[in-house]
Amino acid sequence: MNTLIAISGLGVLCLLFEIFNFRKAIVPVTIIGLLAILGLTYAEFNAPASFYNNMIVVSKFSAVFSALFIVLTVFLIALSHDFYEDHQTKISDFIAIKIFMLAGAVAMVSFGNLAMFFLGIEVLSISLYILAASNRLNVKSNEAGMKYFLMGSFASGIILFGICFIYGAMGSFDVAEITEWSRSAELPIWFPIGITLVTIGMLFKIAAVPFHFWAPDVYEGSPTLTTTTMSTLVKVVAIATLYKLLTAMNADLSDTYINIIIVISIASMTVGNIMALKQNNVKRMLAFSGISHAGFMLMTLLNISNSAGNLLYYTTAYSLSGIAAFAVILYVCKNKNNEDIANFNGLGKNNPLMAAVLTASLLSMAGIPIFAGFFAKMFLFTQTIEAGYLIVVIAAVINSIISVGYYFKLILAMYNKEANEEATKTPFVLYAVAIVSILLNIVLGLFPSVVLDLLG
Amino acid sequence: MDNILNQIGIENYIFLSVILFCIGVFGVLYRRNAIVVFMSIEIMLNAVNLLFAAFSTYHQDAQGQVFVFFSMAVAAAEVAVGLAILVSIFRNMHTIDVGNLKNLKG
Repeated sequence: MNTLIAISGLGVLCLLFEIFNFRKAIVPVTIIGLLAILGLTYAEFNAPASFYNNMIVVSKFSAVFSALFIVLTVFLIALSHDFYEDHQTKISDFIAIKIFMLAGAVAMVSFGNLAMFFLGIEVLSISLYILAASNRLNVKSNEAGMKYFLMGSFASGIILFGICFIYGAMGSFDVAEITEWSRSAELPIWFPIGITLVTIGMLFKIAAVPFHFWAPDVYEGSPTLTTTTMSTLVKVVAIATLYKLLTAMNADLSDTYINIIIVISIASMTVGNIMALKQNNVKRMLAFSGISHAGFMLMTLLNISNSAGNLLYYTTAYSLSGIAAFAVILYVCKNKNNEDIANFNGLGKNNPLMAAVLTASLLSMAGIPIFAGFFAKMFLFTQTIEAGYLIVVIAAVINSIISVGYYFKLILAMYNKEANEEATKTPFVLYAVAIVSILLNIVLGLFPSVVLDLLG
Repeated sequence: MDNILNQIGIENYIFLSVILFCIGVFGVLYRRNAIVVFMSIEIMLNAVNLLFAAFSTYHQDAQGQVFVFFSMAVAAAEVAVGLAILVSIFRNMHTIDVGNLKNLKG
């Protein structure tokens, strides 16, 4: 609860900084503030409680995921300073919107009432519509913002309809009461309909097949930093929320529901990977890679009662390597008007360090050992086999092999092709973010139990 | 209030809301004018609001009606952002036809 209040306060503070003309200090102060809030989540981790008539329920799950979101936001805000160099007058708005988005994300994982869940998801989405369309003179950014807005509000409508049916069945929005009643009495047919609608809406936000069609366009058109936000922070928020919702709503998923999740999971992996193979734009390629990772993350739902630790580990590994990869993309494509793979030619000679970071993060996403991505996949597969879903794991392994294909396309371009221009100077912050996030990724790979045991 | 609900039956309220919601969904999917698409999204949200009010009476519980305020406030904020995006699209492309958004393909 204190985390949420402090984050909202920090957002207001960012807006006040603009009034008092402290624009230069805004990025460092926000980062320090967020790191202080990280300490608050540690306090909440040790003291689970509920606030305001169960509107907000702080549990270990919510505290750990809030901490992950805050770390990701720190990286995103550190990257903002260079990215918005040409828009210094608006930087406080951009930062404030990101902080409010974080507030929405924290509300989404720590809701205790469906009203809070709905408000959280809307605060997150509305901030993202603005960020996606924030480059207002660029037609592509406009188009991405519009498409994201249409798909997002469509999905919100479906989620709202689902919440309405759940309310109709239960007569309450309180998650604890709904959990209790969903086990006991004979349920009206509205309840499963509501759960299905909410799930569909959340699958839109996660961009799982068949609700993925908006993702590549939106990822490509948005400003690169917004794409970073969507593919790391927002994806993690959405999958964590779906996990929490399903644990709360129906602890014992029915067989039909499990089968649907299996189909969606396998379809997401396969479609995402196969479409990614023929992409020439790096942002688009990572969008499809994100769709396939969404399929992997959905596998945790098959074993919903005790896979929270694995979900946390997988999302942490994925989002850290995503941040590192996008930091390099921000550097390479800074003054280019597209993000084609050709831009990466010869990066291995021009800037060996950045090339190494990008290689490491792609290897982590592909699941090559010593990086956290490998162990995340290994633990996830082991647990899914133990739960008895061998067929999903077979599909997942085949897909991991396919994914190596397109990740190596980018790696080969960096090391085997000649550069077509001279190296440019790298801002220090980009180095720092890229290296810190990839180091965190490797450390997590070497000591997985640090994260896994948090929710064990 | 309770009396009317008994006479009409909760099912009919659900049917009405579902029909309105579907009208909204088809509007979003088939209309090409961005303003009409926005209107269709509003119809979807308002169909849900109607059902919230009906369920609230059905359960004799005020929470549903309070939720309607939340969803109305959120819908207003959402459309404000959507219209802002629409204005910037109109300035760049001189059209509000959603079918013309074809710059991103691959």
